[in-house]
Amino acid sequence: MSYVVDRKTLTLSERFYIPQILAGMRVTLKHLFAPNVTMEYPEQRPAIPTGYRGVPTLVMDPNGREKCVSCQLCEFVCPPKAIRITPGEIPTDQPDRAHVEKGPKAFDIDMLRCIYCGLCQEVCPEEAIFLQNQYSMTGYTRAEMVNDKARLYELGGTLPDQHFKWDKKKAAAEHGNAH
Amino acid sequence: MIEFWQNLPPLVQMLIKGLAVIGVIFPLAGASSLAERKVSAWIQGRPGPNRAIPFWFAWVPIIGPFLQRLGVFHLMSDGAKMLFKEDPLPGHVNKFYFLLAPVLAVVPAFTTVAVVPFGAYLNDAHQLVPLMLSNVDIGILAVFAIGSLSVYSLIVAGWASNSKYPFLGGVRASAQLISYELSMTLAVIPVFLWVNAPGGEGTLSLFKVVEAQSGASGWSGTWFAMTMPLSAFIFLIALYAETNRQPFDMPESEADLVGGFHTEYGAFKWSLFFVAEYSHMIVGSGVFVLLFLGGWNPLPWVPLETLIGWLAHLSPLALHPIFVGLVSIGVFLGKVLFSIFVFMWVRWTLPRFRYDQVMKLGWQKLLPLSIGNLIFYALIIAWIQTR
Repeated sequence: MSYVVDRKTLTLSERFYIPQILAGMRVTLKHLFAPNVTMEYPEQRPAIPTGYRGVPTLVMDPNGREKCVSCQLCEFVCPPKAIRITPGEIPTDQPDRAHVEKGPKAFDIDMLRCIYCGLCQEVCPEEAIFLQNQYSMTGYTRAEMVNDKARLYELGGTLPDQHFKWDKKKAAAEHGNAH
Repeated sequence: MIEFWQNLPPLVQMLIKGLAVIGVIFPLAGASSLAERKVSAWIQGRPGPNRAIPFWFAWVPIIGPFLQRLGVFHLMSDGAKMLFKEDPLPGHVNKFYFLLAPVLAVVPAFTTVAVVPFGAYLNDAHQLVPLMLSNVDIGILAVFAIGSLSVYSLIVAGWASNSKYPFLGGVRASAQLISYELSMTLAVIPVFLWVNAPGGEGTLSLFKVVEAQSGASGWSGTWFAMTMPLSAFIFLIALYAETNRQPFDMPESEADLVGGFHTEYGAFKWSLFFVAEYSHMIVGSGVFVLLFLGGWNPLPWVPLETLIGWLAHLSPLALHPIFVGLVSIGVFLGKVLFSIFVFMWVRWTLPRFRYDQVMKLGWQKLLPLSIGNLIFYALIIAWIQTR
């Protein structure tokens, strides 16, 4: 349904333009003395809201064990192909993880490629990869911008989830009802 | 000391005085560009430049961080950047005129200072003597004549750049400056009609204009902005247009012309254009203050002599010519700096006019208004002064 916008004719003071300019100058003067709305970044940091999708990181379970099983789903789903995983065996010096199938030997995320889409977090069956609070990635070289496994765990830390999926699988297998 | 000064050859004296004035105007123009950034930031709710500080100045306890917050040192880092960065000379330009344009911009901007009085002192006979480089009688005429030369720099820059946007910027600049010069000149005439009362000696000197606003009572104590508000208003608008400030930013208009006349310029040549623009603002504001805001008189009906008289009660030192000169320069500079602040304030209030609006405002509104204003005041002044 079309309708006609009613254009008001300008009043005398509006056509003179000067009172309008003075009103505008009053507004800008008010802003001159108003407190700043910006933040002085390196010293002041913004509060990160929950659910923020920052730099992707790897997390450990509450017992400090690696959660990633190197299934490579995140590598396959990653749209810009930023993730590169080298799967490997579980090291023999970790008896409490011996029942886990695999673990990543190397896990690299190229932050120059990453688009922070969060698909890796969404696809991960182990809840091992999370986009967390860090929003600032800097480096002097391209190599510095690739997060390797150690760095990813350093950034990720531990999340207090209580799934212990592989412990449950192990217990179930010992009771003879695997799957 | 004073004897040594007076024994110097006049040419050397002139040279030192001229260099001293330029030595004030040049940093002042730079400081205006910093003030512009700071005022812009404050109006937009930002802190503005506040990072640069020389490491040895950071050791000074309170003043150091304060000056850093104020961004004072960005002035130096800006200047150093402009001086040392690569100075490109595009291959497609007309090299001679391309290099000439920034010079043409700066020279008239600094030359106009010569005829603008910026202060006054009392001599032994208790008479007010202006502080200026050359006390010539043509005053305002010289300011208009030399000041309007600056349009050549914009045209030459636009043409020599040999590309579309600078050319359009140059064309706009020439049309705009010519249009607004008319109303500007016509707006000033009533002031000089009043100053040149019948029977007196004819003059165009800016010093005489200030003297006419230096009375302690009655009509002679008012400033011309009070008795001729319309003249002051038209002069101010035309001044904004002449100095290419927003909302009359046609030659530059970065939204539609990239950078206007200075698109092809970089490094120090570019900054010369800006020093020229800011010194135009300073000199233009100075002329406005002299013509309409009482020059170095602190308040209407409170001329400089009265203020000095009050201060002389405190200490006889206040009658010393150097002190009087400094006070007058201080008052004058204070008004000029406030006027420059208003320039920046208006910049962030008004959007840029469209080109046809600029032309319409200049020719169809301001010019008839200034002619009417001139006729009105000519009749009034004739009636008052021949009574």
